[in-house]
Amino acid sequence: MSDTTVMPDRSAETPASPARHERRGQWRPRKPMNTQFRTAVSPHQLNTARGRIIYWIVLVIVVVSFTAAFVFPLYWMITGAMKSTEELNAIPPTFLPSHFSLDGYLEAWDLLGLGTLLGNTALYAGGAWLLTLAVDVSAAYALSKLRPALGKVVLALMLSTLMIPPMVIMLPAYLTVQDVPFFHWNLLNTPWAIWLPAAANGFNVFLLKRFFDSIPRELLEAAEIDGASPGRILWSVVIPISRPILGVVSILTVVNVWRDFVWPLLVLPDSDKMSVSIGIASLSSQMPQNVLVASLVIASIPTIVVFFLFQRHIMAGLTAGSLKG
Amino acid sequence: MTTASIPAAGGGRRQPTRLRRAVRRNVTAYGFLCGALICFGFFSWYPMVREVILSFQKTNFVDPPRWVGLENFRTVVNDPTFGPAWVNTALFTVLALVCGYGIPFVAAIVLNELRHARAYLRFVVYLPVMLPPAVSVLLFQWFYNPDYGLFNQVLDLFHLPGLQWLNSTSTALISLVIVSTWMNMGSGTLIYLAALQTIPSELYEAAELDGAGLFKRIRHVTIPQTKLILLVMLLLQIVATMQVFIEPYLLTGGGPENATVSVVYLMYQYAFNFGNLNAGNALGLMLMLLLMVFSAIYLRVSRDNTV
Repeated sequence: MSDTTVMPDRSAETPASPARHERRGQWRPRKPMNTQFRTAVSPHQLNTARGRIIYWIVLVIVVVSFTAAFVFPLYWMITGAMKSTEELNAIPPTFLPSHFSLDGYLEAWDLLGLGTLLGNTALYAGGAWLLTLAVDVSAAYALSKLRPALGKVVLALMLSTLMIPPMVIMLPAYLTVQDVPFFHWNLLNTPWAIWLPAAANGFNVFLLKRFFDSIPRELLEAAEIDGASPGRILWSVVIPISRPILGVVSILTVVNVWRDFVWPLLVLPDSDKMSVSIGIASLSSQMPQNVLVASLVIASIPTIVVFFLFQRHIMAGLTAGSLKG
Repeated sequence: MTTASIPAAGGGRRQPTRLRRAVRRNVTAYGFLCGALICFGFFSWYPMVREVILSFQKTNFVDPPRWVGLENFRTVVNDPTFGPAWVNTALFTVLALVCGYGIPFVAAIVLNELRHARAYLRFVVYLPVMLPPAVSVLLFQWFYNPDYGLFNQVLDLFHLPGLQWLNSTSTALISLVIVSTWMNMGSGTLIYLAALQTIPSELYEAAELDGAGLFKRIRHVTIPQTKLILLVMLLLQIVATMQVFIEPYLLTGGGPENATVSVVYLMYQYAFNFGNLNAGNALGLMLMLLLMVFSAIYLRVSRDNTV
């Protein structure tokens, strides 16, 4: 039956035409499926009547199941926050809240002090972003373009941190934050406990260095001959042409700090210093269900907004490290 | 013109200039590096070393630390939860691989065939990844509620008996795997999808001319062509899931009856609940050594295959 696979494109379309004529419409003959990218399914098969039917069935199944699996829980969360406790416990459940009200959200905002928690988290994420950029960009620049003695060793040591499972060094890192060697500072409950470890990110250095390596030497040499200092070259030549990778690193840093749970759980135990994830988790058992759910919605708004705005950067960052290994 | 004159001018008094230049270059370079060296030194390299040291010491932060040899390891190994913690972690990892490795790959293959709604599907599958993990986990805690949670309500809709989910030893661990898969599968799916799009179309055409059907093409073209990324993701996922903490911490507290205690959770308990930080370190060191084997394979694989 499926011998048609070997048929050339045009003859493969002929058997499909009777089905097409049944439903008359001005815009037929239908445009063939986009087969620009050849995938496992044969484009010829895809353009037969049977192929099209199967394709549409699969498409509908995939769209419906993905929506059910990934969007419906979020819908349930957003509407759950608008229901009263009695309505949440009702059997069978109501698909729409019986009356539209934002009281759950307002109550969550007040009861959990979400304003403070979100402010804290923004402070941690923003500071980590600035510090990470400053520290990792200059380190990658030095390793890539200034090439100091032992530069390779330093880079290898930085990359070796990627091999260490972060959860495992959590305890000694916690002790370091509690009592920084030589300085004897206690950074617990200060933003520095988040900012400084965030900057020690081997993956960022790796991404940035690889990008800087691809900047042609001549460009920097031209600036050097014009008398620009290394700092000046970094600021006015390297950084302006590195905007794509800086975007990726920025978003990775901000999103990671925002989503992080275990590290802030250890180093920010004060309830007025907590990040939003920890704050909600620590109060979760004392809250009525609808208030808790409302606070979950509020806590996820910032990352979802970031995702909407920077979708392309985030997806680029996802594949940046993994595809080339 | 100007560039050509510089090496000529430098050529006359080469020795001193070159040396001075090298010194200056190094000084500036380390100037740029010092921030990173401080951050890495204090918060990455030193903790790595200290992890090992603390495992063999007894510290109470008042008296100077004492070397105790393997005593911490003995304490941990003799703990009755030690065995369950490793078994649960291994089981969690295996189950998370079955779900979190197979499902994203199949999803990516299917998505790659679709010509419509691609942007929507990619966006949707990645949406949970963007939520803070604590949010996803607490959301599922609500869904798992045996009385009014979504899952039992859905089961009820189909007239199926409800489950106890997190409250029963038989379903607690699998419940954690479901949350974990839900909130992490987006990144795997998109990475596989990107890898699938690099497969040259000639390979599929050639296989088709040789008479290979759809499943044979997937088996003999798609999988071999994405072998490298599949291996890399396998190793990364093992390393990540072996460190499972937030799910048992927020959902079950290790219960019921230690059915969901993980190694990292036990480590956390030693440090912060049992007041025996050194035993926690010893446990962490064991996990670290195990995971470094996987990391080393990963590095080897990715280095051998880097462009």
